[in-house]
Amino acid sequence: MRPIEVGLQPYHSRAEKVPGVGSSFGGTSAHISDKPLLSVENLSAGYAKPVLGPLSFEVHRGDIISVRGPNGSGKSTLLNALVGGARIFSGAVRRGEGVRIAHQQQAALPLDNVPLSGKELLALTGAEVAGLPEWIARLIKRRLDRLSGGQRQFLQVWASLKAPVDVVLLDEPTNNVDPQGVQHLEGALRTMQPNRAVLLVSHDQNFLDRISTRTIRLG
Amino acid sequence: MINLTHIFDPMFRWPLLTGIVFAALLPLLGMYLRLREEWLAALAFAQVAAAGSLAGAILGLPPQAGALACTCTAAAFKGWIAKTGNNGYALLMITGWAAAILMLANVPIAEHLGHALFDGQLYFTGVSHLVFGGIFALLVAVLLPWLSRKLLLERMFPDFFRASGLSAAKFHLLFDLLVAAGLALATASIGVMGAFGLVFVPSMIAYQVGPSWRGALWIATVTSLLAYAAAFVLAFSTDQPFGPVLVFVLAALAIAAYLLKLRSRTAVATLGAPAPIN
Repeated sequence: MRPIEVGLQPYHSRAEKVPGVGSSFGGTSAHISDKPLLSVENLSAGYAKPVLGPLSFEVHRGDIISVRGPNGSGKSTLLNALVGGARIFSGAVRRGEGVRIAHQQQAALPLDNVPLSGKELLALTGAEVAGLPEWIARLIKRRLDRLSGGQRQFLQVWASLKAPVDVVLLDEPTNNVDPQGVQHLEGALRTMQPNRAVLLVSHDQNFLDRISTRTIRLG
Repeated sequence: MINLTHIFDPMFRWPLLTGIVFAALLPLLGMYLRLREEWLAALAFAQVAAAGSLAGAILGLPPQAGALACTCTAAAFKGWIAKTGNNGYALLMITGWAAAILMLANVPIAEHLGHALFDGQLYFTGVSHLVFGGIFALLVAVLLPWLSRKLLLERMFPDFFRASGLSAAKFHLLFDLLVAAGLALATASIGVMGAFGLVFVPSMIAYQVGPSWRGALWIATVTSLLAYAAAFVLAFSTDQPFGPVLVFVLAALAIAAYLLKLRSRTAVATLGAPAPIN
């Protein structure tokens, strides 16, 4: 495991800085492995007022970074700030050129009687269906609102985890998921392509201990 | 009773075909409007389209042109209107209605068209309505498959586009304009409530019983076409205005679908209940 990274690290790539959240989506996937996918510099973020920071770290290919801290320390806010969903008070988030991000939010899928099947949900993000565990694969043609909360959560996480993106942000992915499902999520994370990275927020410390390669502590 | 073979007379052929086009397309728009929880916007646009049609007729323009101009203007401001939630749509709806009624009351030329719009007199539609409907069908065929994934993604993963550094504003505006155009043309052909009913009811049924999104799209379209065909024959044979008959048929279908769902739920509950202890 690499040590906890705190403090600004040099970042000399062509990543474009945009006020608030940097984004330089160019339609091509980043391909130079030594450059960070994301670089967070002295970030202070929140909503009405700052919740976290200042914080600096980088996200590299192959990283599975756990974000830990007590309730209210800004774990979900950090993930939101990385995708422009939270206000940045100071500092910046720089994204490598062409780096794409998927964000699985903690909130449940906003279904409200929408007749969408599990298969259709995965197709939306371009997530691979291959490799889906048998216990959920056989339910994939059912409407999502006919599945249990845990089954829906598993598919929601899978839709982000297996999407063709460079960085995956997972916010409490194990919520409502039974031990078998958690085991399969771990398996999917372990066999993830090495050119991708994951940032994980979870209260399941054992899960984080088993899976993460680095840790960011907040609060 | 009128002889039903007259349905295929040239006089009724154009209205029949025009209605089929909108009966097939409006439920599809309804599916995505319901996805965005914006079905009230459809009624607001339909009322604005009615006012626009009348204004167009008074100005010597084709009613469809007036309806299109007014609804597309409303759609362009929809982003601002949407910030007020349903209040904005409700305001648009009652303003459109009031403007239409005042034109009806004060300008004699608007009276004939007004009856067509509010009574839903499909039989007054002609070739121009069908041509506009055909153009709209082409637009839907090209744009909706492209918009579909984006609209669903935005709903299920609200920050997907932001996370990818993309803006969702363009395709939202495109969809809004498509809906505005559809409701403008449909309102000018089958009336305010007929058009709104075809947006609202088939999608409501499809949301209840659809096995998947694709399946629900089919259910909405087929339900709409069946309701339209039944209403056309019923209104024609009993010499009644088409719009109200269509609304009654749609309402009957909605109630039937609800009862069917209730029955299937009861059946599941009964099967799932533990066996009584003797």
